[in-house]
Amino acid sequence: MRGSLIILAFFAAGVLLGYGGLLPQWLTGSDYSSYALYLLMFLVGVGIGGDEKALKALRGFSFHILLVPLTTIVGTLIGVAAVYLFLNQITLTDVLAVGSGFGYYSLSSIIITDLRSPELGVVALLANVMREIITLLMAPLFVRFFGKLAPISSGGATSMDTTLPIISASSGKEYAIVSLFHGIVLTILVPFLVTFILSLG
Amino acid sequence: MLTVVLIMTAGMVAGYFLRQKRKLISLSERLTTWAIYLLLFLLGIAIGTNDEIIRNLHTLGVKALAITIGGVLGSILLAWVTYHFLFKKDEEKQQ
Repeated sequence: MRGSLIILAFFAAGVLLGYGGLLPQWLTGSDYSSYALYLLMFLVGVGIGGDEKALKALRGFSFHILLVPLTTIVGTLIGVAAVYLFLNQITLTDVLAVGSGFGYYSLSSIIITDLRSPELGVVALLANVMREIITLLMAPLFVRFFGKLAPISSGGATSMDTTLPIISASSGKEYAIVSLFHGIVLTILVPFLVTFILSLG
Repeated sequence: MLTVVLIMTAGMVAGYFLRQKRKLISLSERLTTWAIYLLLFLLGIAIGTNDEIIRNLHTLGVKALAITIGGVLGSILLAWVTYHFLFKKDEEKQQ
């Protein structure tokens, strides 16, 4: 949670400095962000490939556990597609791309800004931050009404780190490993899914 | 677009082969954190200097909230189905 606050503070500082016109011209050109994104993607890859806990979690699990990330992906995409019917001035692919952040707001908003527009990047940032916050606040309620997998699905990619403690507390420790596995799979898939969906149109 | 995916895949392969070098991996994790700070800061600047986005911030916020609610509801409803038909039975077997 502290990490999220720091990230948001950097974002807010950028908005305020940009809005106040306090920055030199060379910094406001956004040509750097593509290279910074490439660097970030490489580093995220190294982090996943070098994580032994991640590798262990991906090994030797029953078939059922594989269905949890699939459940989250399909459920989320159906849910956001339903919401699309009520929204104006946004395309279906844009809505699906934002939904495919699965709470991984830093990476998804950066990719979407780079590949689409800063405007949609803002929507992705806000939507995915909200997903994390809603999960943190509602996890116990979700378990009560929708079963022990509900907060895991709701947490999306964050179920491996920021929302893992509350999930473990609400669904039980035996679901912590499901949560971890689910979060790892989604974290790996987010960049692939977001870029794929944006390439559709 | 493919570039992003290729670069990340290259990173995963590199990370896998370097996974014994803990110092290098933890350095890469710290760098990741700072790269995220930098990019979100740059995104903030792009937004702060874009008058159209600032003017429409509340509309964007409403869209974001709607998409979040749709995504969360869709996923917990399907999670209930998966839990009810697969995981509950596993739990009962174990007891």
